[in-house]
Amino acid sequence: MTSEEILKHTRDTGDFMPLLESIPYAVFIGLHCDRFGDDIIFRLPPKPENLGNPVLPAIHGGVIGGFMEVSAAIYLMMSQDIFRVPKIIDFSLDYLRAGLDQETFAECHLTRQGKRVANVMITAWQKSRQQPIATARAHFLMED
Amino acid sequence: MNDRLRADRVRRFVNSLNQARTLGLSVTSATEQQLTLCLPYSEKIIGNPETRVIHGGAITTLMDTTCGSVMICVLPDFELCPTLDLRMDYMHPAEPDRPVYARAEVYRLTRHIVFTRCQAYQDEGDPVAQCVGTFMRIGPGALPRAYRDLITGGEA
Repeated sequence: MTSEEILKHTRDTGDFMPLLESIPYAVFIGLHCDRFGDDIIFRLPPKPENLGNPVLPAIHGGVIGGFMEVSAAIYLMMSQDIFRVPKIIDFSLDYLRAGLDQETFAECHLTRQGKRVANVMITAWQKSRQQPIATARAHFLMED
Repeated sequence: MNDRLRADRVRRFVNSLNQARTLGLSVTSATEQQLTLCLPYSEKIIGNPETRVIHGGAITTLMDTTCGSVMICVLPDFELCPTLDLRMDYMHPAEPDRPVYARAEVYRLTRHIVFTRCQAYQDEGDPVAQCVGTFMRIGPGALPRAYRDLITGGEA
């Protein structure tokens, strides 16, 4: 399937597998997505290779960042009329709690969609959505 | 502490992080002023299969690890400092099949906070990305003795 066919398939069926498998980094960290109506929840199951701090142990902060970045890009491809991976311009990430060796979730919100640039907010949590482990915002370039 | 000791400590620390080991991060140079780590190219971390450019997330991990390790070069005692925040600018896609380096420095050190900045580049070319990262000092006492000895090699 071409990337356009993959995206159409995902939008029509809610089956994210072909899309995720087409992004090696998403496979590398073990990303999953589930669609509930218009909402998408991104999920990162525990994986030993994703750990950083071995004392706690905790997920590497960079993996939490990467998880949120790739989630935001997929969210944009699903909610906007684009058929290619949007280019990330910048990314600002606040770590609020240690990301323990547990399943991690993320959801995205489109804060502003301009002509060329989109601003996305991302929240990541583990046990409770009320206790986020990280929040981030990112700018994406929607066209070249 | 000399530069060889600095590089040894950073190498042991980076090797204790599963994700850094999985990415194959290595120490290029360590001085009192700055630390450079290297991320080898790998097909596993591609973000866009059409261009074969690696995903920003791998560069985020490279820069978070470099900023989070540079204090090992600066502080006399080994301290593990959790990240408070990172602000990344992606200036240029990294060219496929070539490693990416990240060079970090501490630009301000206080009793509680370490302020760092970092640049990612390939072969001294144009910067691929730039970031500032703020880290919290929880003190050398916050770590188990065994882990501290593992990083410092038991000396100091």
